[in-house]
Amino acid sequence: MDIPNTNLQVVYQRPDVLTKVVSHYCPGCTHGIAHRLIAEVLNELNIVNNTIGVASVGCSIFSYNYIDIDFTEAPHGRAPAMATGVKRMLPDKIVFTYQGDGDLASIGMGEIIHAAGRGENITVFFINNANYGMTGGQMAPTSVPGQKTTSSPFGRDVKTAGYPIQVSELLSHLEGTSYIVRRSLHDSANIRKAKKAIRTAIEVQMRCLGFSMVELLSTCPTNWGVNPCEAQDWLVENLIPVYPIGDYKVIPEVAEIRVKG
Amino acid sequence: MTRELLKGNLAIAETAIRVGLDAYFGYPITPQTELLEWMSRRMVEEERVFLQAESELAAINMVYGAACTGARVMTSSSGPGISLMMEGISYIAATEVPFVLVDVMRAGPGLGNIDAAQSDYNQIIHGGGHGDYHQIVLAPSTIQESIDYTVLAFDLAEKYRMVTVVLIDGIIGQMMEPGILPEMKPARTKQPDWIPPKWAVRGKEGHDRHLLTSIHMSPTLEEGLNLRLLKQWREIRLKETRYKEYYLDDAEIVVVGFGTAGRVALSAVRTARSYGIKVGLFRPISLRPFPEEALEKLVDQTKAFLVVEMNTGQMYKDIKKIVSNQSRVEFYGRVGGVIPFPDEILSEIRRISSMSYQSENIDPIDAWIQRLEDIRKTEAVGR
Repeated sequence: MDIPNTNLQVVYQRPDVLTKVVSHYCPGCTHGIAHRLIAEVLNELNIVNNTIGVASVGCSIFSYNYIDIDFTEAPHGRAPAMATGVKRMLPDKIVFTYQGDGDLASIGMGEIIHAAGRGENITVFFINNANYGMTGGQMAPTSVPGQKTTSSPFGRDVKTAGYPIQVSELLSHLEGTSYIVRRSLHDSANIRKAKKAIRTAIEVQMRCLGFSMVELLSTCPTNWGVNPCEAQDWLVENLIPVYPIGDYKVIPEVAEIRVKG
Repeated sequence: MTRELLKGNLAIAETAIRVGLDAYFGYPITPQTELLEWMSRRMVEEERVFLQAESELAAINMVYGAACTGARVMTSSSGPGISLMMEGISYIAATEVPFVLVDVMRAGPGLGNIDAAQSDYNQIIHGGGHGDYHQIVLAPSTIQESIDYTVLAFDLAEKYRMVTVVLIDGIIGQMMEPGILPEMKPARTKQPDWIPPKWAVRGKEGHDRHLLTSIHMSPTLEEGLNLRLLKQWREIRLKETRYKEYYLDDAEIVVVGFGTAGRVALSAVRTARSYGIKVGLFRPISLRPFPEEALEKLVDQTKAFLVVEMNTGQMYKDIKKIVSNQSRVEFYGRVGGVIPFPDEILSEIRRISSMSYQSENIDPIDAWIQRLEDIRKTEAVGR
């Protein structure tokens, strides 16, 4: 059947900066969605050629295989320090880190706090799935009370293992931060909001407004021991109560940025 | 080109600035802190990048990031801080990006103290970081050498894309001596002849993307990397050895020492010569690659080697391997931040020149411990 093409327009396509390979991520994991959203924003803002990614250690260590831009790969937790080195040398380029919660909220807590405190003009994408995915699902600082993991087989006991660390809330208190928000990737509506936040965060950096971070609640069906559909419900029931979605820091200059949703 | 009275730490810092340092990242630790302080003022004056990091861990990773852009980068620290940097040094070595590390050694282990020592020889020479990697190590013993070998360190680091260390101790870092600094140049990446290295991560404008990583999941790929690093190192071993020889033509006793220990030993050697003792000094400057061949050449003429260090015999073990079975190797060291006096080394030279080795079966380190314990009894407390 011939379709008259005059009325057709492309409304959705693979961003060309996203590589055409099969990812190593598990079925139902939302890393792929996060990658895609970042890739869309890089294409939309036309900054593919002047953006540098800093990958971290964890499941997303190979994020550089999926986003076709210049990349470095940091030691565990050190991505904000490495990104600082890159950005200080190349202040006109866009520099982002892509870090999981084991990397950022545990071993890399020093680096993230101080990069935020300095108001380093970089963007951090923080994937929070409440466990160490790459090493097989151990307890992370972000694991919720009672959460069973391979290193908390009886559930996270706050008496001995303490309480979850809410990174967005923590960083929002630092004067150096400009844009700190938490979004979730568990359904389409939230994914659209996440995309908008990712774009805003990059625009914050493009306007030299300082440190921006988007925390993305993510699913990890394999290590949570549920199927991909159940994982979305698990996230809503278990993560959102501890990690409420919301804007934790938006300085007035950032609030003026208008991003079409 | 004027001779100026310069403190070691400042001489190294200003030299780095003058040869075009783009960025310095560091963290305060005695006895290297003046280097960081000098950078905090001068790098800002020259509109270069200076950043005081929150830890040595962060500092080395800032260096890592900046080095990945192809810039000329440096950091400095001392023992406890160097230990923290070892993680990043291993990653940087694996990624093959250049940078210069200045290690101003103090006494250890642990916090030890802030006095000069050479106790981190093993850590720096034999690699304190994980994995199979190599780094160039230059050990100056004067302020002028500190200047000259800082210049060379950047050239070697960038030529071989290799971590290069300027290894001094608290004495050289803190003492003042005349020296001639190099001419002032703009930051390396702002110099007219500079083009970004073909591997640099600066955004993929005009070329396929660049990736700098230290992970190679395939064992055969990692094996390939290990072999490539080794082959390059073996080339460096042939080309980049540096040392100084003093009074060796007819020497029967050869003192071996680097840095401050080498300098103190030279005073002792000169005095011993005035007494007619046939003694000379071999002072390695490149501790890695070690000038093995030059030392081996001395074996035939030498009755005994005397290794002098400010540690418990770390380089001594390497010297033993190089000249083993053929020569007697004696050891004298002061440790814990104690600096040997020339008199102590002189009495060692006299002891060796008058001793008969056939009757001497005691291990040189055991013998040294015994002699040192006797010396400590005669010294005032808190020397």
